[in-house]
Amino acid sequence: MSDPTALQPGPVTTDAQATTESQATAPVGKPSSLWSDAWHELRRKPLFIISSVLLLVILVMAAFPQLFTSVNPEWADLKKSLQPPSSEHIFGIDIQGRDVFARTIYGARTSILVGVLATLASTLIGGLFGIVAGYLGRWADTLISRFAEIFLGLPYVLGAIIVLSTLAPVSSDPSRLRIMVIVILVMALLGWPILMRISRSAILAVKHSDYVMAARGLGASPMRIVFRHLLPNALAPIIVVATITVGSYIGVEATLSFLGVGLRSPVISWGLAISEHANYLRTAPHALLFPAAFLSATVLTFVMLGDAVRDALDPKLR
Amino acid sequence: MTEMISTQSRPAGEAGRNYSGSLLEVDNLLVEFHTRQGVAKAVNGVTYSVDAGETLAVLGESGSGKSVTAQTIMGILDMPPGRITGGEIRFRGVDLLKLPEAERRKIRGAGISMIFQDALSALNPVFPVGWQIGEMFRVHRGTSRAEAKKKAIELMDKVRIPAAKQRVNDYPHQFSGGMRQRIMIAMAIALDPEILIADEPTTALDVTVQAQIMELLAELQRESNMGLILITHDLGVVADVADKIAVMYGGRIVEHASVHELYANPAHPYAKGLLESIPRVDQKGQELYAIKGTPPNLLRMPSGCAFHPRCPYRRDNCVTDVPPLYEVDGSRRSACHYWREVLDGTAG
Repeated sequence: MSDPTALQPGPVTTDAQATTESQATAPVGKPSSLWSDAWHELRRKPLFIISSVLLLVILVMAAFPQLFTSVNPEWADLKKSLQPPSSEHIFGIDIQGRDVFARTIYGARTSILVGVLATLASTLIGGLFGIVAGYLGRWADTLISRFAEIFLGLPYVLGAIIVLSTLAPVSSDPSRLRIMVIVILVMALLGWPILMRISRSAILAVKHSDYVMAARGLGASPMRIVFRHLLPNALAPIIVVATITVGSYIGVEATLSFLGVGLRSPVISWGLAISEHANYLRTAPHALLFPAAFLSATVLTFVMLGDAVRDALDPKLR
Repeated sequence: MTEMISTQSRPAGEAGRNYSGSLLEVDNLLVEFHTRQGVAKAVNGVTYSVDAGETLAVLGESGSGKSVTAQTIMGILDMPPGRITGGEIRFRGVDLLKLPEAERRKIRGAGISMIFQDALSALNPVFPVGWQIGEMFRVHRGTSRAEAKKKAIELMDKVRIPAAKQRVNDYPHQFSGGMRQRIMIAMAIALDPEILIADEPTTALDVTVQAQIMELLAELQRESNMGLILITHDLGVVADVADKIAVMYGGRIVEHASVHELYANPAHPYAKGLLESIPRVDQKGQELYAIKGTPPNLLRMPSGCAFHPRCPYRRDNCVTDVPPLYEVDGSRRSACHYWREVLDGTAG
């Protein structure tokens, strides 16, 4: 702020009263918004640092698996099937004679992709319905809430099994892209009500605040009120739940793949690897335990991250 | 209850004026709230008017309907549970209650503007104050971001926020209470409204800051000749700035008078009670006067005059007959059957 004009008394004729009053205010410094405050808070939290470092590793793994392994995950040598870890194959060999380490690394991409995209889809659907229900209230709220309860009433895995086995029967042979899109859409379809509830209650919490009334009183349109006043103030809980949801969706994807209704070969996925080796747990535990460990670590990372963000965004917990 | 308070003191010869009556007229307004326990008549036939350059103080305790009337004028009443069951609100001769929402929105902020009691909660916590002031220009005038920011700084200067240029990017929580109220005022006057409604603008502030804010409002009013509706329960705030006073009780106006008339000699027992309950220096050591009883329950209004259970002038017909707004003299009105005795000061 080296603007010389700012130092002039200006038309204000800075009267004594006004200056004494201003001394009570915070010293003029860097503006601090809710988000920059939260960032400030987060940077010092070990939970956040650990989880974001882990997340970074997982993301790099998903984006550039070649950095971690030079082995082709499709490479197979059936003669080596279920070989335990060795210096050549540090995580060992799976039932099909493939390198477990390479497949675990490449599996990160699928898990992240499915988890993030399914979360994005259900946040968009759920967020949109939640905003409409929370802002309009009355019959729109009743309609959307009851509709959401139909989906909430379905047991998640059961619902997914029914829909998935209808859309992509076990006998069919969908392409990699197609099966992933179907799995993502089914997860979003069954998961949006949770985000709808969160965003609805977040909107309801700020809807009756004075600044929304003030904005209305000063002539803001409904669109403007929703996107400038309601949404930015309701975003924090939505982001927190969405972060945790990524973790749980990765787990759900593994569950569905394990049950044989989710992803299937040739897609490389942790859940698939667990499914393929469930019967060999006692003879060749490495083929199952390594992908399972990566899966748990990834889910944990997102849950920890969500927790850290929630603590930073909710001033009451400080 | 269809008596109209015709303001005799109208500024003559206003240019381009194509409506009769005052700039803003509230005419026999009726607002109800539907609750589980029944219907609460929050505003029960309120009539008042404000002209350019004029200050009307609306005085009353909590639940007297003064804020609901203001919210109805602005069109920001929550409906439901609120419901407007009758009356008109004319701005420049046009009944606002009959206008479509899109038309009313244009009037909000630009024609009639409002400031709120608690400026901290009335400012959006996630945006810098300059952005919020500038929003007025971007929404109503389509001004560019840079231009809006420049105007925001000008306005912050105008409401006397020190170092406006440095503080334009600060967030509401970084300002003190008085400064926040100044920012709220800057937003409200951004588009040069013709009417400014101030709903208890100083209630949340220190006494010293209160005086500064009132001074600022009076000064801004002199500059732009806007009409000011000052809603308050603080008699001290009213005395210096208001031209006329409407005292409300139980959703009705019980006395309407010029400030001097009311302070010199109130014509309604409630107004009299209010004035007598102001602590005075020469009262030291004596017990403070208080109006007996409690404010009426809007769900179960007393019969006849709503004030009768607490009134020292009460007679039998007060319990049965609702008093009309009697004409005391000129534009002065009192809703008391025995206003003459109240004026004379002979109780009972």
